Amino acid sequence: MIVAERKSIPELLEILKGHHRILVLGCGTCVTVCLAGGEREVSIIASALRIASRVQGLGFEIDELVIERQCDNIFIEQAAEAIRKCDAVLSLGCGAGVQAIAERYPQKPVYAGLDTAFLGILEERGIWTEKCAACGSCVLHKYGGICPVTRCAKHLLNGPCGGSREDRCEVRSDRPCAWQLIYTRLKGIGQLDKLKQIEPPKNWGSSLSGGPRVIVREDHRI
Amino acid sequence: MNNIKFEPTVVAFCCHYCAYAAADLAGSSRLQYPPNVRIIRTPCTGRLEIDYFMKAFENGADGVLVAGCEEGSCHFKEGNLLAKRRVTYTRNLLSEAGLEAERLRMVNVSAASAQKFAEIVWDMVETVRKLGPARLKNLTAKPG
Repeated sequence: MIVAERKSIPELLEILKGHHRILVLGCGTCVTVCLAGGEREVSIIASALRIASRVQGLGFEIDELVIERQCDNIFIEQAAEAIRKCDAVLSLGCGAGVQAIAERYPQKPVYAGLDTAFLGILEERGIWTEKCAACGSCVLHKYGGICPVTRCAKHLLNGPCGGSREDRCEVRSDRPCAWQLIYTRLKGIGQLDKLKQIEPPKNWGSSLSGGPRVIVREDHRI
Repeated sequence: MNNIKFEPTVVAFCCHYCAYAAADLAGSSRLQYPPNVRIIRTPCTGRLEIDYFMKAFENGADGVLVAGCEEGSCHFKEGNLLAKRRVTYTRNLLSEAGLEAERLRMVNVSAASAQKFAEIVWDMVETVRKLGPARLKNLTAKPG
């Protein structure tokens, strides 16, 4: 899922100043699961904005709404009336959601209420970790299902850097060394011989380095 | 208007298994505590969510007290510890919004601690009285 976290209230106030009627728009998909922009968070952030507005005399009028998916026009339609009534939208969707709303409503200011962080999983309650860098050409099959592009701080594809201590990454000691994980995993599934193959330089053209990416499926186009 | 003495409204979320019983015992024991407190019984403070505290302030509370079991004595093992983290988060959120964090407080009271409960309420009401009114009444949520 896409993992995000909320911006601070002072940052949001700075973004929203000058507007009167503001719609706090949540998203019922990824950001609901990562507890950043679902129904509960919309309610909490809307409350905080109302309190801040009253305490600091900002004159906000805050509306709340959550739609199933902000990155999908079918669901964006459900917010049409609420968006029409407001001066500005504070989207608690991911970066894709914010832009989908903004594209759909060219005359309406749409702001990001979250910092979209990464593609990851819930590792344990209250802890989300990054697992995928969306590099555009997956190499997971070569590394026992553990991504060195994302989980090795140096993105090394041909073995560890040698700087790890115990099984900890030398860049971030709170994270495991990805290459230690890869070795253990490949050993466990009897595929250690895969490490003898030299991986050539990765083609980063399919990543964001090659510009914004588009996938076209002609068989689905009408 | 300014001559009228400010009487704060404090909402107290009290756990059924401890603080609520302590409040009850305080009453039975004829212990005096300020009438400013509005007690809401909750099955466990772990049931309380951040939104409950925010909505209490939005709906006119000048202070919010969360009273759970002594740490290590929660009827549901760790509900009071969950509440403690949520209170800490909410205090930071209130500070970010410009409201004094002292208006929200987590306390731990056993069912037998009637005197302690009364003292906590006195202290909370006096703290909020010194801070002054939160002036958030009529901040009602509007549907989108």
